[in-house]
Amino acid sequence: MDETVGGKPLLSLRNINITFGGVRALRDVSFELKPGEIHCIAGENGSGKSTLIKIITGVYQPADGAEIEFDGKAYSHMSPVSAHAGGIKVIWQDLALFPEMTVAENIGFSEVVGHGLRLVDYGRIRAIALEALAKLGVSLDVDAPLKEFPIAQRQIVAIARALVGEARVVFMDEPTASLTQSETDHLLDIVRNLSASGVAVVFVSHRLAEVLEISSRITVLRDGRLVGVYPAEGMTQSKITELMTGRTFEAKVRAAPRADRPVVIEVDGLSRPGQFSDISFKVHEGETLGITGLLGAGRTELAMTLFGMLKPAAGRIRLDGREVRFSSNRDAIDAGIAYLSEDRLSLGLIQAQSIVDNLVISSLARILSGGLISPGKKTSLVGKWVAELGVKIGKPEDAITTLSGGNQQRIAIAKWLATDPRLLILDAPTVGVDVGARAGIFDIVARLADSGLAIILISDEVPEVYFNADRILHMAQGRVVGSYDPRAYSLHDIEAAVYG
Amino acid sequence: MVKFIRTHGTESALLAVIVVISFVLSLVTDRYFTVGNAFDLLNTSSVNIIFAVGLLVVLISGGIDISFAVAASVAQYGTALFIAWIGGGNWAIGLIIAGSIGIGLGCLNAALIQGFAIPSIVVSISTFNVFFGLLMFFTKGVSIYDLPDWLTEHVVLYERQLADGSWIEISLPVLVMAICVVATWTLVTRTTIGRQLYAFGDNPEGARRFGVNIAAMRFIAFGWLGLMAGIAGLVQAHYAQEVVPNALYGRELDVLAAVVLGGARLGGGKGTVLGCVLGVMLTQITQNGLNLMGVSPFAFKMIVGAIILIAITLSNARIERLLPFLSRKGA
Repeated sequence: MDETVGGKPLLSLRNINITFGGVRALRDVSFELKPGEIHCIAGENGSGKSTLIKIITGVYQPADGAEIEFDGKAYSHMSPVSAHAGGIKVIWQDLALFPEMTVAENIGFSEVVGHGLRLVDYGRIRAIALEALAKLGVSLDVDAPLKEFPIAQRQIVAIARALVGEARVVFMDEPTASLTQSETDHLLDIVRNLSASGVAVVFVSHRLAEVLEISSRITVLRDGRLVGVYPAEGMTQSKITELMTGRTFEAKVRAAPRADRPVVIEVDGLSRPGQFSDISFKVHEGETLGITGLLGAGRTELAMTLFGMLKPAAGRIRLDGREVRFSSNRDAIDAGIAYLSEDRLSLGLIQAQSIVDNLVISSLARILSGGLISPGKKTSLVGKWVAELGVKIGKPEDAITTLSGGNQQRIAIAKWLATDPRLLILDAPTVGVDVGARAGIFDIVARLADSGLAIILISDEVPEVYFNADRILHMAQGRVVGSYDPRAYSLHDIEAAVYG
Repeated sequence: MVKFIRTHGTESALLAVIVVISFVLSLVTDRYFTVGNAFDLLNTSSVNIIFAVGLLVVLISGGIDISFAVAASVAQYGTALFIAWIGGGNWAIGLIIAGSIGIGLGCLNAALIQGFAIPSIVVSISTFNVFFGLLMFFTKGVSIYDLPDWLTEHVVLYERQLADGSWIEISLPVLVMAICVVATWTLVTRTTIGRQLYAFGDNPEGARRFGVNIAAMRFIAFGWLGLMAGIAGLVQAHYAQEVVPNALYGRELDVLAAVVLGGARLGGGKGTVLGCVLGVMLTQITQNGLNLMGVSPFAFKMIVGAIILIAITLSNARIERLLPFLSRKGA
């Protein structure tokens, strides 16, 4: 391809401005992509990454004055159909697939859009789907409805759909968010193959390790402005973080010995067939126990068992020295266990309700006055926790959706702290939370531990447990396969053991 | 066969239930399960099936409409007044007028939903009341019995006496119904518009990002239901040989129940024409059978309610789980 000679850009955008409801989401942003390169857009939530992608793909129209040049042609804006026809493809974070339709129809959907009314050629759609899957070296039953497939395979379907027709640029918005490590590795291989075949890939990910591993250049956005474009070579995670947030974060091991403090929870030989077996550990007052391992290692099932939502087949749980058997999570809450679930969006918070209603939902009994909810007690409870955790809110009556990911997570934590727990289980507390806000959340966790709370911190990102836990358990296939003290091991050692 | 059951779980289950019910009814009543009775059923179900396939299109697109039956009454009444005014007319003119009124009312729903971003259930509850209120106000509830001959004349397209002495016949409503069914089937399964309707119902945001024209989808879905409602209204006037302004009032819930029974999902993206037809047939057969058994019509509503609950429970439980041999290996 002669266009690669001299690095002439395939796509370039200049003077991109867009305003939503008076807020300027992007301000004089420019972006440039060379043919076949793997380019990463980095930035915190709300920095304008997704907005920029939506402008490039024609979902949003930029303000006047924008200059878009694609493949030598100038545009004032794109439309979804023209972007698709020109070879600009997107894999959205939520995949934007159609679960009730077959795999073939999902992949070949461009055949039915933008052509007016005509008859559907199912044979052609099927052939397109098979060809796209073949490019990826994957075989799937294209006649089965998509809903029968797990998330990793849906991701493959979304990628296959992006490769239909002539793909010149593929945007991937958080493609690895719900994938396990080996699935992620497979995806990164696919990205490299695409790049090698001349397709430019724009990769957006919160996982900076991936970003550094895969991309050749990195465009950093902050608060809707361009910070700069940097070569990936010579870049480090902490430097990207600094560029994204404008602040520096120093990672240091927080672990300290806590074994002299009283034991809060003791688990002995806990098993659930097919999920985890023979799990034993203790957590002391003020101690943070990190549990890591790949997705599917049984971590979440273990947490849900401690929280009374699943029943153990064998083994004992002792809380403050007394054996407990929970018949439901209500019992566990009453006994002083709080569980921040891994899926905040669908399970942890009630999205349609206000901040205040979300915060008090687990501790309604504490704000009763004569059997009814007391507005005064409610307000003071909310005020206390919002101040304690430094949550930035407008009014307590605002919908929870008005908050950023990090502030939503703080409310979710506050909700559980309001129940006055002895043990707090945090399951993947930073999923969907920005780097800057993550540090804030772990500061809160450290303060809670110092105040005497026992904490179990579950995460598949080893650095999180390494820097924030006092001890680390490594789970694989439902068993504890390793136990580490962060002060005695390097991060690299533990990562090598977990990611293998 | 196994493949059909796997991909059409709801339809297969409905068919099985229809067979079982028919068999039971043929044991307990002497004149059930005759060919003549089967054709009777087809004739009496025509209007509801036309309504049902129209409603199906709206449900597939993720909307809901409960105003279509009173919209059909408006179309029916308007058409009757129009043909009285021009003094004559024929089936073609009648269908064009009734269909146009129906499309107009359907598009009004779509315009309110699209223009003001109001949920379709709220819009159609409002228009249900508005349409019906205006109709009763302007007609003062007066029925029209003086209809032209072409409309009231019973048109038999095919008839034959069977060996047992009973007559089978296919009347005009069955032909109109068959055309509506085939047209709707073609629309939703064979055209690009139909697949966009499914996609829009299944994942509206995903469809929007792919460049599906959302406003067009709404107008097509509600316009199609309006067209079917107008046609069904005229066919019902033909069948009843009179135009009674509140004759179709309440029909919307029977049809909605039958369509949901047929596997369409409230929420969009799912539903088939075959399931829809079977859903109407099942409710009709049950009603017919209970009549023949001399069961009170009040019991009928209760039994249909129970059947719908059972059907929805079964479809949630998934056919694969009930019939494990159908489940996919590997995947």
